[in-house]
Amino acid sequence: MTALKVHLQGVGLLGPGLGSWPAAQPMLRGIEAHVFSPTLLPSPARLPSAERRRAGAAIKLAMAVADEAVAHAAIDPHTLATVFTSSSGEGLNCHLLCEALAGADRLISPTRFTNSVHNAAAGYWHIAVASRAPSTSLCAYGASFGAGLLEAATQVQATDAPVLLVASDTPYPEPLSACRPLPDNFGVALMLAPSSSARSLATLDLELADVARAGATSTCSDLSLEALRTAVPAAAALPLLQALARGDTDRHVVCDLMPALKLHIAIRAKAGTS
Amino acid sequence: MTPLAISHYTLTTALGAGREPTLAGLQAGRSGLSPKRFLDVELSTWIGEVAGLDQVSLPIGLEAFDCRNNRLAWLGLRQDGFVDAARRATARWGTQRVAVILGTSTSGLLQTELAYRRRAPDGSLPADFHYAQTQNSSSLAAFVAHALGVQGPSCVVSTACSSSAKVFGNAARMIAAGLIDAALVGGVDSLCLTTLYGFNSLELLAADICRPWDAQRHGLSLGEAAAFALLERDVDEAQGWLLGVGESNDGYHMSSPHPEGAGAVEAMRAALADAQLAPGSIDYINLHGTATPNNDAAEDRAVGTVFGNATPCSSTKGATGHTLGAAGGVEAAIGLLALQHAFVPGGLNLRTRDASLHANYQRESFDARLRTTLSNSFGFGGSNASLVLGCAR
Repeated sequence: MTALKVHLQGVGLLGPGLGSWPAAQPMLRGIEAHVFSPTLLPSPARLPSAERRRAGAAIKLAMAVADEAVAHAAIDPHTLATVFTSSSGEGLNCHLLCEALAGADRLISPTRFTNSVHNAAAGYWHIAVASRAPSTSLCAYGASFGAGLLEAATQVQATDAPVLLVASDTPYPEPLSACRPLPDNFGVALMLAPSSSARSLATLDLELADVARAGATSTCSDLSLEALRTAVPAAAALPLLQALARGDTDRHVVCDLMPALKLHIAIRAKAGTS
Repeated sequence: MTPLAISHYTLTTALGAGREPTLAGLQAGRSGLSPKRFLDVELSTWIGEVAGLDQVSLPIGLEAFDCRNNRLAWLGLRQDGFVDAARRATARWGTQRVAVILGTSTSGLLQTELAYRRRAPDGSLPADFHYAQTQNSSSLAAFVAHALGVQGPSCVVSTACSSSAKVFGNAARMIAAGLIDAALVGGVDSLCLTTLYGFNSLELLAADICRPWDAQRHGLSLGEAAAFALLERDVDEAQGWLLGVGESNDGYHMSSPHPEGAGAVEAMRAALADAQLAPGSIDYINLHGTATPNNDAAEDRAVGTVFGNATPCSSTKGATGHTLGAAGGVEAAIGLLALQHAFVPGGLNLRTRDASLHANYQRESFDARLRTTLSNSFGFGGSNASLVLGCAR
């Protein structure tokens, strides 16, 4: 089986009870129990003021974790390619559009319409960092994290250049929330590079594997984290993040991709040579 | 990149279902646009509606996926023997070695818009609304993968109007990496209220038929379409070749292009570099050409910067309308038709050419043996993609 090798240079994390990658370490390592507390979204300081005013939750969330990961990796985002992945984009914006369009006058705001595109977060990010590097925005419903990681790693291999992966999900208000319940905002960003450096956190070897060979999808032992993992597509990253936080060598995690096809991720911590 | 075989392709637009009516329409200079109303939308505009979607039934067992977008996908898949070609590919390579990577902008959002009209007194949506199988962007790829029994990696690329051009890049990278051997790519987007009223709110929707490159152009006409292509590691007989993919971002504004087309220049140059071709090797450019004043002006400058003003080019959106997330796939298919049938498609609805635009814009179709075409697709969020396609050899 073909494996993709990438080097992890930085992590961004923001979710309920997980304020940042450093702040989440005790919970991810199992030293402290995870406690669900609402995600606090920072204002995206990087954006020009016009765009900052127009930014909704999905944009704030994605920008927060993207910012943390590039800072962690000490990389210049100006020339950085990006892969954004999300199951649903901006839930509140979608609800307000559908509500207005079901109303009598159907007047909708141009900003709401512009922000309704699935690649809104990517667009705002590239404006914020003035980057013309390629960017894509994916959706694979519950498997959006796995699909994003696969594409980002494939791009790293194809271009021999670093790629920033941003996986994030934002809840819908009612009535859509009843159809697609997502408990809170959750985002994770991984800075992936083709070669290792002093800053490398780990080496990841990714391969596609039939479910019979890959085994079951990895879970979290902490019940609260496990509840997040099963409820939010981007939180499918949690078993990988736990393995990274623990710094265990030679671990592997299995991530959902398709019903019969999994993404098998072998993790080697603190890799030396590439 | 190593040239990648396009073993089969099809498209369904307002010109008709399948390649034949599209080819005939393009060669005759016929537009599929009409000033009819979509549902009860009271906007003065022209639309490129695909006929017959009310009569399409999805395969047994996939009824939950029923929505305008997936009906259009199913109608499109059943043209030109595409289903059989996809099944041959899965039989040859194995179901897990074939990917489904499709572009869409709004997926089945119309289903949600209509469900919001039927909310219960407590505000809840009707029980027959299936979020995951219709509204969610991934619904298109999930439906197509289920309908064709493909089990390889599957996802949707949703980068507005560049979506179904970019999927060719995803597929090419995955095949090059050895993860898969074949990929079903393309895109489907269908008319809905969000895009009609949304483009209207931005004052980008023309009341008249869209007129790319015209001095009096006032915006776009929306269309809907399904386009599919099958890319394979190797084939006995290719219908055309994917020679290069270029992607970039403007990093400038969410809904307006960079005035000099700086991001578009980067995408076209990246596609040419990927194809290892000089600008002079491109025989025809299928422009993004939406007919909004700013988009055509920015693209004209970008094309001039990369190619000069000699390469024949046109926008085919006067025939199909702007099919948004399906436009990249549609225009790749049109590029393949142009290569196979040796003609340059004309850009329709042009009355008085904008004197400030300098590209070698062709208003009428003409016969020409083409070796290569380049197709541009640019979208909201500053997302740009260019594809270089080559004729069967």
